[in-house]
Parts: sequence; structure tokens; C-alpha cells
Amino acid sequence: MLVLDRIGKTYPNGVRALDGVTLRVGQGEIVAIVGGSGCGKSTLLRAASGLDAPTDGTVTLDASEIREPHEKIGIIFQEPRLLPWLTVAGNVGFGLAQLPKPERQQRVAAALDRVALSDKAAVWPRELSGGQAQRVAIARALVTRPSVLLLDEPFSALDAFTRVELQDHLLDLWAESRPTLVLVTHDIEEALVLADRVVVMRPHPGRIAGSIDVISSRPRDRISAVFEEQKRRVLNLLDSTLLRRRPSPALEADYSI
Amino acid sequence: MSVVAATMQKVAAEALTVGRPRRSVLRARALLGLAVPVALAIGWELAVWSGLVSGRLVPPPSIIFATFADLAAAGELQRHAAATLLRVGVGFGLGVAAGTMMGALTGYSALAHRLLDPSLQGLRAIPSIAWVPLFILWFGIFEASKVILIAVGVFFPVYLGVMGAVLSVDRKIVEVGRAFRLSGFALVRRILLPAVMPAYVLALRAGLGLGWMFVVAAEFMGASEGLGFLLTDGQQLGKPAQIVAAIVAFAVLGKATDWIIAGTAAPFLRWEDAFARR
Repeated sequence: MLVLDRIGKTYPNGVRALDGVTLRVGQGEIVAIVGGSGCGKSTLLRAASGLDAPTDGTVTLDASEIREPHEKIGIIFQEPRLLPWLTVAGNVGFGLAQLPKPERQQRVAAALDRVALSDKAAVWPRELSGGQAQRVAIARALVTRPSVLLLDEPFSALDAFTRVELQDHLLDLWAESRPTLVLVTHDIEEALVLADRVVVMRPHPGRIAGSIDVISSRPRDRISAVFEEQKRRVLNLLDSTLLRRRPSPALEADYSI
Repeated sequence: MSVVAATMQKVAAEALTVGRPRRSVLRARALLGLAVPVALAIGWELAVWSGLVSGRLVPPPSIIFATFADLAAAGELQRHAAATLLRVGVGFGLGVAAGTMMGALTGYSALAHRLLDPSLQGLRAIPSIAWVPLFILWFGIFEASKVILIAVGVFFPVYLGVMGAVLSVDRKIVEVGRAFRLSGFALVRRILLPAVMPAYVLALRAGLGLGWMFVVAAEFMGASEGLGFLLTDGQQLGKPAQIVAAIVAFAVLGKATDWIIAGTAAPFLRWEDAFARR
């Protein structure tokens, strides 16, 4: 279990980005964190990854405290962040340097097969489309077999078609080994398609405003009445906590979802 | 293992063998670079032989080639070129080693940057030729002072290039290394070094150019052999063909050594998403 216990973060300039955020994520659970810009979603994810230590509180994974990047925790950023001097295969195998070469090649080939990019193994990152590059980033994060995968708005830079395709792809990959997924997103539909639980944050400083369990089974129909109802519930929570006013019918249009 | 899996592994293993231009294309590009000097040489030759210019102070290519041939037949060209190449080679090696080390240190460590960079920038502002009298006093008139002068010339472009490149490495790329638990030397080897490689190669080429510039100054300091000596000898004895021959030898050697660096580095830079890749 991944436990973020009373996490607080104050930047050197005095800005309090997070305050007393507690979140428990069970093994194999998918949790989506949504909220407006500046509510500390990414800061929380970076604290969970060990990249940025929190000022207060602790992060633990299966009772081990996380103070720096951990082999059991993978992270996927908003941009693919592929290393341009390595081929696709080199990027996917980047975290496997300690393995013998035959095993590394086998794992890389299998990972590329899972993201349907076996034919791109030898190409440079500059030759990939945005969606392909992000699939390579996913393969790179999953090839080390993490028990927790953190995703910081991983599909936000992609077009709508590619985004939907990759969301489905991520679920397929998750179903194979069922790692814990913590996803930060601006996209409420994305959160509802992927997550078992949607956590809503509010800003200044970032705190958890509430959470909603997504009870419908996968695959989720984006145009069903159940989906719309869940979307309305998330929006209501955002409305009442983030915007600090009562829900209104115009709100959905404001969010462009 | 299935055929599909074996094929996928083969593709993954061959990941470094992509996208090289054909040999004929490379040859055509090299020949294109010779077009301007060859055209100028032919033009000058024709101008002299037609009597439009005298060619006394700037001899035509045929005379220069003849001088080349005479110097080569006597073994003089090889001896002087070897002496110059040795000086440039040793000075370049020393300058690159020191520049790389100091550039990496001041780029990687904020403390080292604050401590050392102001002094080094101050030293950089001194015209390198101004060191000549001091170097002669310190290291004598022979090889040491010449090699050190060349090393000083090479040091600063390499130092600046490496430091600037390390400082400008994308923080997000470094973060990828950190996410995979790299730190210290492993982070330098697997992230910083490849990331700075294009800028490093440029710095080496700039350093080499200055190395060739400084070897002339060094050999003017009083050498008994070297292409710089051929220049001063030609000036004192009124032999312009020898001067031009020495200048051409500098050009050929300078270009050849630059090609060696560029050619050696090219396989490591094929990943660049550069404007020039067209």
C-alpha cells in the first residue's frame, strides 16, 4: 500500500503548495487526482515519487519510507522525456542496465511488443509521433516492473483520438500485472475512465477536498447515463470546494468536458 | 523462443544501425567543398599565365606545387609538418584535458563555479600572446613553452563549451536519470555526458582551430623546425612560394584534423534532431 501521510510542502519562496494531504492507495488500485492549476497535484505526485521531498509528513510504500526515487515506483511525466541519444529500444531498456544483455533485450522486446512498437525499436525518438513517444515512455516505466506507477498528466499534450487510444492501452497494460496507478489529470473524463477513485484537490494551499468512488465496471462507456452521473458528481465536488459556490448548470460548459 | 520474439530481439539489438547517408552522397558532399578553392586556384593560375598579374608576391599554384614537391623530396615538408603536428597534438591534448575537467567541474558544481569561474574568466580576458614572454622565462625557449601556449589557446574554448553545455542540460532530462535512481558518476556518464556531446564536439573543434592559430605564434617564438619556421624562413629569405606552401600545409593539416574530430564524433551524434540533417 502507498501511504501519503499528512504531506506538506513549502517552497523556498515561502509558498505553501500542500498542507496536510493524506492519501492511502491500495495495491492494484487506480486513483486519479483532479483539481485546478496550482492545487498541488503534481507536487504531491513528485513527493510520492521521491523526486521532491515533502517539507512535512511521510510517504511510505509497504511500510518503507520513501525519501528518494525507489525501484518499485515508476513515473511517467507530462512529456515523454525520452533520451534523444538513445534509440527507442535504448530508452525502454534505460532502467535495466544492471541486467545481463540477453535478459535486457528480451525484456525490452517484450515491453515494445506490449505497446505495439516492436517495429520502432531501432529508430530515434525524433522520428516518433507524440503518441508513439508517450507509449515508449510508458514501456520504459513498466519494463522495470514497478508496483506503483505515477502518471503526471501523461496524455494532456496529445490530441483527443490519441488520448483515448492511450487511455485504453494503459488499462490493458495495467490489467496484465495490476500495479498501483496514481494519475494526475485535468481531464475529468480521463479520471472517470481510468480510476477506481477520483480524488479532488483544492488550492492555496493544496488540500484534498473529497473523493468519489467510481463503481462502474470497465470498460466504461463514455456516453452512458452512469458515466454522465459520475461526471456530474465530480463537477459538483469541484464546484463546491474549488470554486466555492453552489453548482450551476453552466458549470459543465465552463469545464469544456 | 518464438521466431517473432527472436526477430524483435534482433531489431532491438540493431538499434544503433540506422539512417546513414549513402557513401556516394558523402563523397559528392566532400567534393562540393573543394569547388571554391579549386576554382580560385585555377583562376589565379590563368591570371598569372595570361600576364594579367605578375605572380611574384603571390605565386600561382603551379609554382607552389613545385615548391611543395621540392620540400617533400628533400624531406623538409614532412619534418616541419611532423614537428608542428606533434606540438599541436600535445598542446591540444593538454588543453582539452584541462578544459574538459574544469568545464565539467564548474558546470556540475555550483560551489566550484562560484569559486573558480571568475578567476578563469579573468584569465581568459588576457590575450594569450601576452603570456609568451612569461612562458619563455618559466619554461625556456624550447618545446615546453610552445606546447603550453597552444594548450592555453585550446583550454578556453573547451572550458567554456563544456561548462555552458553542462549548465544548459535540460533539467527534465536529468530528472529522468534521477527517477531511475542515478546520481554522481552514473548520472554524469549516462545523462550529462551524452547530453553535452554535440556542444562538446563543437568546443573541441573551436579549440583545435585556436590550437592551429597558436602553434604559429609558438613557432614564431624561435623554432628551428615546424611550418611556422618555414613561414619566417620564407619571409627572411624572400621566398613567397615557400610561405604560401606553408600556409597551404597549415590549411590542409588544420582541415584534416578537424575532419578527424568531426568524423570520429559523427556516429555519436546521429541522434541529433538538427536543422542541418536535411
